[in-house]
Amino acid sequence: MARNFRISYVLRDPDHMTTPTSTAITTDATSVTETQDTAGRSPGRLMWTRFRRDRVGVTSAVIVIFFFLVAIFAPVISWLYGKDPYTLYGQDIPGLLNDYGYPILPNGGISSEYWFGLEPSLGRDVFMQLVYGIRTSLGIALAATLIITALGIVIGIVAGYIGGRTDYFIGRIIDLTLSFPSTIFIIAFTPVVESLLVPPDEETPIWLRAVSLTIMLSAFGWAGLARLLRGYVLSLREREFVEAAKVTGASPARIVFKELLPNLWTPILIQSTLLLPAMVTAEAGLSFLGVGMGELVPDWGRMFLRATQVYQNDITYLIFPGVALLIFVIAFNLLGDSVRDAFDPKIKR
Amino acid sequence: MLRFLIRRVLGAAVILLVISAVTFFLFYAIPADPARLACGKVCPPETLEQARRNLGIDQPLLVQFVSWLSGIFVGRDYEGLGHCPAPCLGFSFVNKAPVFETIMDRMPVTIALTLGAAVIFLIFGVATGIVAALRQGKPLDKVASVASLIGASVQIYFVGTLAMYLFVYQTQVFSQPKYVPITEDPLGWFNGLLLPWLVLALIFTANYTRITRSTMVENLNEDYVRTARAKGMSGRSVVLRFALRGTLTPVITIFGVDLGTLIGGAIITETTFGLQGIGRLAVRAVDYSDLPTLMATVVLAAGAIVLMNVVVDSLYAVIDPRVRLS
Repeated sequence: MARNFRISYVLRDPDHMTTPTSTAITTDATSVTETQDTAGRSPGRLMWTRFRRDRVGVTSAVIVIFFFLVAIFAPVISWLYGKDPYTLYGQDIPGLLNDYGYPILPNGGISSEYWFGLEPSLGRDVFMQLVYGIRTSLGIALAATLIITALGIVIGIVAGYIGGRTDYFIGRIIDLTLSFPSTIFIIAFTPVVESLLVPPDEETPIWLRAVSLTIMLSAFGWAGLARLLRGYVLSLREREFVEAAKVTGASPARIVFKELLPNLWTPILIQSTLLLPAMVTAEAGLSFLGVGMGELVPDWGRMFLRATQVYQNDITYLIFPGVALLIFVIAFNLLGDSVRDAFDPKIKR
Repeated sequence: MLRFLIRRVLGAAVILLVISAVTFFLFYAIPADPARLACGKVCPPETLEQARRNLGIDQPLLVQFVSWLSGIFVGRDYEGLGHCPAPCLGFSFVNKAPVFETIMDRMPVTIALTLGAAVIFLIFGVATGIVAALRQGKPLDKVASVASLIGASVQIYFVGTLAMYLFVYQTQVFSQPKYVPITEDPLGWFNGLLLPWLVLALIFTANYTRITRSTMVENLNEDYVRTARAKGMSGRSVVLRFALRGTLTPVITIFGVDLGTLIGGAIITETTFGLQGIGRLAVRAVDYSDLPTLMATVVLAAGAIVLMNVVVDSLYAVIDPRVRLS
């Protein structure tokens, strides 16, 4: 019986085929005679080994890193490229835009000078808009993801570990948050918040918009993660090792940080990898609806908004942000799947 | 079953009440002058005065909320503006009309958009999911998984606008999206909504394919399916009668969530295709600074989500008798 099991396991596991002394054997408790390097591998190390062999995962990781690098080094790219996202090139330099404000050159005015063309009527450089736009989108999305993850961890653990009335109370708040129509609420509530913080005749400062967007996205995003983690904690709480820790007199803090959290990092990492692209598209969607960043800040969502106004005459202006966002989201989704596979190769998709 | 249903409906009513209260509080207590936010972008002094008097700004917040709430059940009189009949969700000082009237005007657009797309993505998504599960690892399965990855990653403001460019302006394959009441011109209704349906379905199908496929794969390995096979049942009836039944539960869950969200306002879709539904109404209300309309759309959208939750729960109980007892 055991032999049968072993064979089927080996057949199912493609890793085993390529390198005989790898993960498939490490999980087998009886095989003590392993080579030195596999003996003391931590789970993180194992995950990394598995991940490195996943070609799709590595490719998407490279793409994701590329996007982050572009965001970080946007000023350097701007310096090398010799343009910035704010100058109205089309209006300053004659011969670029026609009388209706559309680029004269075909395909949205793509040229060796303006790689991705020019923005209709305002005449800004599309390439620079995209490069700096990543900064805005990623910055807000990253901040929201971090806040959501932190909130989700704390609330999920509190609800699952303390249980009882606290759990019930938190559960109802989660129900409530998930029933809120978040998009409508965010568009509706943004002007209310701003009317409170900014005098009516003044322009809303950029940082305030960014902060309020981040807070709004976080306020509606935490509930799903918290509910998921609560479920994990609930089942972990009943496990023997937690019981053992309690019996030996470990403090609640020790149990949470030393027993529960290490077992939660896998779902947390997977969820936040999937959360980030969701936040990027949510931010772009809100800007598309006109409650995102203001006109001066380069932003992908606002590019889409402008593109829907001019697409009949200049489709190129839609294609660039569209394809860029698509590549980014696909890469991130694939990365999320690969991370999950690497952590837990038993889960089949 | 009846007791189960009553309990769920009561729970939903409580959630809806709390959401209304929270929204009301946030909209009417936090701003320095809610009457100003209810009076429109261009705010004539007499409208502001009307709004201030009729909203009862000088009264305690709880009194304001109770009169808003009772308006839903018994209607409400607006001084100098007339009577707002029974399901009174408020009075728009911008449109000079009860909010409910405007909502009823826009509702058919959103419902037609949602239901048409839902029929397509539910049928198509579940069907491709089943086929992909039965042909695991075969080319068809791979095509389905790539397609669902792209569908899950693409955004409606990109693919919808692109489709408008390609199929409406360049080739005229589809007519310009617009809403014509089905009672007036059924063919025009269908033609006007076809492109938005297809684009919406393209995006939503992905999720259904993926979930149906993975649940189906799991279910096909279950003991009861093997037993049915061993007893000599044909492949088709095993799939349709046993494996599919187990697959329905997660599909219904996301279907309920999707329907609720879309009926509450398919904001981005409506904006992309220029359809004047509930979502557009909410965005317009923000632009025009029309607080009562805004408040009503939020409550309505929450109502749609909560209602769909109850429907989903009841369907669970029908599919799986164990749910009723817990």
